[in-house]
Amino acid sequence: MSATLLLAQVLNGLQYGVMLFLLAAGLTLVFGIMSFVNLAHGSLYMLGAYAAAVVGVQTGSFTLSVLAAVATGAAVGMALEWVAVSRLYRRDHLDHVLATFGLVLFFNEVVRMIWGSQPVFVSLPESLSGTVDIFGFTYPTYRFLIIAVGLLVAVGSQWLIHKTRVGMLIRAGSVNPQMVSALGVNIRLLNAMLFALGSALAALAGAMAGPILSVQSGMGEPVLITTLVVIVIGGIGSVHGALYAGIIVSLVDTLGRTFLPMLIREFASREVANAAGPALASMLIYLLMAVILALRPQGLFPAHKA
Amino acid sequence: MKNIALAKCFAVGAAALTLSAAHAEIKIGFTGPLSGPVAAVGQDQYDGFMLGIEALGKKLGGESVSVLREDDQLKPELGNQIARKLIDRDKVDAIVGLGFSNVLMASLPRIVESGTVAIATNAGPSPLAGAGCLPHVFSMSWQNDGTAEAMGKYAQDSGYKRVYLMAPNYQAGKDYVAGFKRYFKGQIADEVYTQVNQPDYSAEIAQLQSAGADAVFVFYPGGMGVNFVKQFSQAGLMKKLPLLSAFTVDGTTISSLRDAAVGTISGAMWDVALKTPGNTEFISNFTKKYGRVPSHYAAVGYDTAKLLDIAVRKVKGNTTDKDAFAAAVKAAGTELKSIRGPFRFNSNNMPVQNYYAFQTIKEGNDFTVKLLGNPLPDHQDAYVAQCKAK
Repeated sequence: MSATLLLAQVLNGLQYGVMLFLLAAGLTLVFGIMSFVNLAHGSLYMLGAYAAAVVGVQTGSFTLSVLAAVATGAAVGMALEWVAVSRLYRRDHLDHVLATFGLVLFFNEVVRMIWGSQPVFVSLPESLSGTVDIFGFTYPTYRFLIIAVGLLVAVGSQWLIHKTRVGMLIRAGSVNPQMVSALGVNIRLLNAMLFALGSALAALAGAMAGPILSVQSGMGEPVLITTLVVIVIGGIGSVHGALYAGIIVSLVDTLGRTFLPMLIREFASREVANAAGPALASMLIYLLMAVILALRPQGLFPAHKA
Repeated sequence: MKNIALAKCFAVGAAALTLSAAHAEIKIGFTGPLSGPVAAVGQDQYDGFMLGIEALGKKLGGESVSVLREDDQLKPELGNQIARKLIDRDKVDAIVGLGFSNVLMASLPRIVESGTVAIATNAGPSPLAGAGCLPHVFSMSWQNDGTAEAMGKYAQDSGYKRVYLMAPNYQAGKDYVAGFKRYFKGQIADEVYTQVNQPDYSAEIAQLQSAGADAVFVFYPGGMGVNFVKQFSQAGLMKKLPLLSAFTVDGTTISSLRDAAVGTISGAMWDVALKTPGNTEFISNFTKKYGRVPSHYAAVGYDTAKLLDIAVRKVKGNTTDKDAFAAAVKAAGTELKSIRGPFRFNSNNMPVQNYYAFQTIKEGNDFTVKLLGNPLPDHQDAYVAQCKAK
């Protein structure tokens, strides 16, 4: 095991981490502030990837395709909030789960009807499809872009939440929504905007993931499970928690996947390591979540100190 | 008035009876994954099968035919239910498709009990090829190890010294790695098993770069293959390391990969580059009808229609004697002019066929494959000796 391999794996972890952050930020806000469980978050990720794929092939511009995805995410999120979600806030969490699971099935089927069951092609401009040489390792340029975009969004969201009036209302709303609305703030509009923002971030994540992943119906569900782990570890409603937890979860996952089988090989036979390594590595993040839930049920970085 | 109505009833009844006596139409049940992440695989089998029936004038062996279509959603328990429904309620003459290995194995109990002829178009699991072989159950596609064995042989013939192996961590993944190793005698740089449906392979790709292998063999079906090949290619490895694969790049995924797949070497029993009789016609008809290029799944579906046509003709449309019908299917395998080249059923009802090596290339603006060679001509699987059926 060399230092460069470790460096490459840390980069991989970072890239996966910011990706998880983009998904978790919106989900954690909606969950933390509106107390709404949104399983359809992965569908917005999928829609973002499809929007970027379609616009990218039509225009040939990567920037335009990402902007189109963000716009689609915001528009669909807004519409969804208005049509369905806003009617469910007062219901309990089981109703949220049922309704948004229905939406997942709906969106998957719509996508399949329009684009078919085969994965769609996503274009990547020549300038981004190259590689960067780091100490003898070739690392895809595009992954650096993902890291940059993710960190930019992290800084932007910190600024939004801590330095702006909207952010102040969001923070206030997460503690006591009734009080905020009693003070004359249109909490419904705030909720709708927040939901749209979260959806736009999910769509951005989808657009960024398109060039490296298979864009197909149902692509949002596996990643949603990991995202839920991230928001539980980070603390529900905490955006900076989502960032740190995203990076922790992805580093644990990436490094576990790479080094755990190697570690087991040190004291067990190759066959045992090949069988046990991947199985254990796939459990790591859930074990981490279980430990954190047991010791710090409010998460590692809660939004407000209780 | 009453009498006339009654007479009419009798007349209709009698007509229905004579029809059934003259022999009802042939009823085929098709099952496969038609929704979810691998829906494209099931859809291609179905479309290929229907194209074959259409090419035969919507008839099998001169008898009119109806096809019932069922979606197994890649769920073994659902596959089992569907097999029961098709046999007990719809009374089909044969079941075609049967999905992935796990679904096929789960569907078997009622099929075995009833003796219904079943033709798998996407799987040939080793238990069914070996000690558990069945006289009524056929695989029209492949014994599962075939493509991996072909890639192992290809790696051996190409003189690669150290090969790095990767597959998802489940039974099929392990079978493919074992199949590769059966014919590759060189050194294995490493054997890596990843989580099933893992989206990101960047960690494994970094590891692979430091392993000093001179070729890579992977088995990543469906979306996993798209993910892996995109990321492998983006890491700039396509030009450095030959990528050998089984079920990773195929007709269902090449259109979404395009440039990223160029250079990939795949083992398969059929692809568009084959110049066998009838193949060009099949490809152009399929493309015309469905607006996409067929995959090997579609080719198997198409062959199955032709196989059933010969078999039904052999029994003169009388499928009531199931043993005779199964024997006819087996004999039809030898007569069939398959678009994949030489074909026959072995004593375990698995195919004896060529496993080719293809390479993905760019031709103008199109992405297609070229034939590299035929590492395993007339290949029979490693399990046939364990099969006790005649």
